[in-house]
Amino acid sequence: MLSILAVDDSPSMRKMVNFTLTGAGYRVVEAVDGQDALEKADTHEVALVLADQNMPRLDGIGLTRKLREHPRYKTTPILILTTESSDQMKQAGKAAGATGWLVKPFDPNRLIEVIQKVIR
Amino acid sequence: MADTYNEGAGAGADFDLSQFYQIFFEEAGENLDQMEQMLLDLDLSAANDEELNGIFRCAHSIKGGAATFGFSDVAELTHQMESLLDRLRRHELQPVPAMVDVLLDSADASRSLLARHQSGGQGEAVSTADLVRRIAELAAGQAPTLSAPVPPAPAPAPAPAPVAEPAPAAAPAPASAGGAARALQIQIGPMERMEQADAIKELFRDIAGLGTIEDLPATVPQTRLYAVQTSSTDDDLLDLFAFHVAKEQVQIRSMEGAAPVEPEPADATVQAVSDMAGGAPYGFFPGAPGAPAEQQAATAAQPVANAAGARSAAPRTGDAKSAQMESTTIRVDVKKVDQLINLVGELVITQAMLAQNSQGLDPAAYQQLLAGLADLDRNTRDLQESVMSIRMIPMSIVFSRFPRMLRDVANKLGKKVDLVTLGEATELDKGLVEKITDPLTHLVRNSVDHGIEAPEDRIAAGKPEHGTITLSASHQGGSIVIEVRDDGKGMSREKILRKARERGMDVSDAMPDSEVWQLIFAPGFSTADVVTDVSGRGVGMDVVKRNIAALNGSVEIDSAEGYGMRVAVRLPLTLAIMDGMSVGVGNEVYILPLSSVVESFQVNPDDVSTVAQGSQLVKVRDEYMPVISLERVFQVPRQDQDKSSTIMVVVESDGSRIALLVDELLGQHQVVVKNLESNYRKVANVSGATILGDGTVALILDTSSLVRRARH
Repeated sequence: MLSILAVDDSPSMRKMVNFTLTGAGYRVVEAVDGQDALEKADTHEVALVLADQNMPRLDGIGLTRKLREHPRYKTTPILILTTESSDQMKQAGKAAGATGWLVKPFDPNRLIEVIQKVIR
Repeated sequence: MADTYNEGAGAGADFDLSQFYQIFFEEAGENLDQMEQMLLDLDLSAANDEELNGIFRCAHSIKGGAATFGFSDVAELTHQMESLLDRLRRHELQPVPAMVDVLLDSADASRSLLARHQSGGQGEAVSTADLVRRIAELAAGQAPTLSAPVPPAPAPAPAPAPVAEPAPAAAPAPASAGGAARALQIQIGPMERMEQADAIKELFRDIAGLGTIEDLPATVPQTRLYAVQTSSTDDDLLDLFAFHVAKEQVQIRSMEGAAPVEPEPADATVQAVSDMAGGAPYGFFPGAPGAPAEQQAATAAQPVANAAGARSAAPRTGDAKSAQMESTTIRVDVKKVDQLINLVGELVITQAMLAQNSQGLDPAAYQQLLAGLADLDRNTRDLQESVMSIRMIPMSIVFSRFPRMLRDVANKLGKKVDLVTLGEATELDKGLVEKITDPLTHLVRNSVDHGIEAPEDRIAAGKPEHGTITLSASHQGGSIVIEVRDDGKGMSREKILRKARERGMDVSDAMPDSEVWQLIFAPGFSTADVVTDVSGRGVGMDVVKRNIAALNGSVEIDSAEGYGMRVAVRLPLTLAIMDGMSVGVGNEVYILPLSSVVESFQVNPDDVSTVAQGSQLVKVRDEYMPVISLERVFQVPRQDQDKSSTIMVVVESDGSRIALLVDELLGQHQVVVKNLESNYRKVANVSGATILGDGTVALILDTSSLVRRARH
C-alpha cells in the first residue's frame, strides 16, 4: 500500500484528505505543518507529498525546497494545495521543485484523479 | 436555490463531507477566537509581521475549510477579510482602527453564520453585504470607490480563488480617466447563438471610454472568454450586457494580480490544465520531479456552476438570531485538572472513611443508608476513573521524537538502524510522559551506540545490515511497560563481571543473569571500550534507573550475547493513585506498592538464618533473600511485647527480592498518593503518604530503597 504524506495545519482538511485517500486505497501519514512533515518524511516511506501552502512554521513551498534536499525525496511527487493559483505562486512552486498544484477547495474525486496522475 | 440549504456543495457525488463538519466548526471557532484575541491585542502603531501573519492565517484557514465544506457564505466573507489582511501584512496598507472594527464585526458575523450551519440552517442568516462593502472600501485604501465591492455576477461558490483574488504585490492597475482601470476576465455563455457574444465585443467598440476587450481561448463549450480592461463597475457592465445576454450567462472575474492584458501564465512552461488565467483547478510543472509524462488536459473545468448558492447568504437582511456555537472540546489549564484530581482524591478518602464507619451498622435498620453508600462507592470510582483519564496522553507523543534522534545518532556513528514503534496509542499520565522521555532517550542512544553493530560487523555475523530498535508500550495490569529492544550484540556477562571486579564490586560468577545485568546500573559503570560522544562515559544508566525508580517504576534487563538486548521499563499508570497493600506493624500501618509485592507467607523459623551483624536471611524455595524487619527500620514502638512479626512479604525491586517482616496483612486498596517531600521533607525508605479510610495517615514504603538497603 502506498503512503501519502498529507500536510495541512487545518485538522478538518487533514481529516477530509485522510478519509478521501484512505478510501482510495492509500495509507495516509498526517503532518500538521511543514516542520512536522519533514520529521514524518524522515521516518516514513512516502510515495507522494500533498502539502498545504499556507502553514505556520514552514509553508508548502518551503517544505518542498527542504524535501528536495533530502536524498529520498529528489523525485517524489509533491503537490501544493493552495487557495490561490497565481502565477507568482506557481513560479515559486516550480522553483522550489514542486510537481504541481491543486487549488483549494477541491472535490475529493478531483484529488484522487490528480494523485493518480502522478503516483505510480 | 437561494433558500435551499445546500451544505457540502463542494463535495463530490460519492463523498459525504458532512462527517467533517463538526471538526471544521470547532476548528473555525478556535480560529475566530484566536483572530479576535490577536486583533484586540494588535498595536496599530507598531503591528509586527508575525501578528499580522497570524491574523491572516486564521482568516485563511477558515476560508479554506468553509469553501471545501461548502459553506459559501462564510467562505466569501472570510475571503474578503483575508484580502484586507493580505494587503496589511504586505504593508500595502497602514492598519487603522476602522479595520480592526470591521474585522471584529466580520468575525462575529462568521461565527453567527457558522452557528447557523451547525444548527442545520435554522434561523435567518446575518447579512454580510454591508461588511463586505466596508472591508472592500478599506482594502481599496480608504477611498470610497464607486465600484461594487462584491461582483453581483454569479460568484463561484465553492471556488473563492477566482473571485477578486487580492492583488499580491502587483502594482495597482494604471488609473485611467474617470476611475481605476480594472483587468477582468469575462466569460459569456453558455449560449445557443454565439453571435450574442459578438454583440458584447461591439459594445466596447461603440461606447467610448468603456475600455478594451480581447478574445481569450474559451475553455467551456458554447462560451466565449474575454480579457477586459475597464474602469466601469461590474454592475454597470452587467446592465450594458443585459441588452444581449442574460445576467446568468455572464461571469466576471477580477484579473488583478495577473498580467493585465496577457492572461497566459508569465512562465510559458507552466502548464495549467485548463482555464489558463489563474483559474486552473490543478496543474503540473513540466519536467518537475514526479510530474506525469503526458500532460492530459483536464476534462473537468473549474466548478463555476453553483452560482446561486454563493449569493444566498449575502443579500439576506433582518435581525438574525445567531445561534450559539457549540464546541465539543475545550482547553483547560493543567493546574485546574490537577486540582480536580486532588479533589477527587479527597472524595475517595471521604468515601472510604464512610464505608469503613458504616461497616458495623445493622443492615436491616440502615438499609437505605447502606444502599446509598454502595452507590457512592460506585460513583466515586467512576468519577475517579473519568477524571484520571483527562490527564492521559498517548505514548506516540513520546515516541515521535525518536525517529529523528535515532537517525542523527546512527549517522554520527556510521550505523544503519531502523526504528519500529508499537503500541503508540497506549495512554499514560501526562506527568509521567514528561518524566519518562529523558530516560528513554538515554536507553535508545545506548542501544544505537553499544547495541547495534557497525554494518560490516553485522553482515559478518550473518545479520541484516540494518539493525532494528523496537520501542513498544503496552498496558500490563495497572502498569504500563515500555520496552526498548535491539537486535545488536547484546551484553557480555563476562565483560560486565570483569569490569565489576575491576571496580572492586562484590560479584561472583554464580550470580544469576538478571543480577549481572543490574550491575550496569551502578554509578559510573560502563563496559564501553571506546568512549564515544554519544554515550559511554559511564554516566547514565544509574541516572536512568534512579529517574524511573522515582516514578515508582522499575527497570528489567534481558540480554543474549550476539542477539540483542531488551530493557523494559515498568511504570504505574499514574502518579496520583496507586494500588497498595496495607500491612500492620505494631499500631502502625504501612502501604506497599502492590506492583512490587511478589508473595507473602507465614514464617517458618527453620527457614530463617542469622548471619553476620545480626542480619537475617530467609530461604524461599531454595533462594535466600535478606529479611528486613519493618519494626526495626521504622523503630515502631511495641506495647504488647509478646507479639512479634510473623509474616513475611516478599517484595521485588530492580530484579532483587527481599522479605519484609510484618505483623499482619490488612488488605489491598487504591490509595491516593500524597507527596511527602513537598508537604514535609524527604524521609528515608518512604516514597509518600496517604490517608486511610479511618482518617489516619499511612506511609507508603519505597521498596526500591529498602531493597538497596538490604543489598549493600
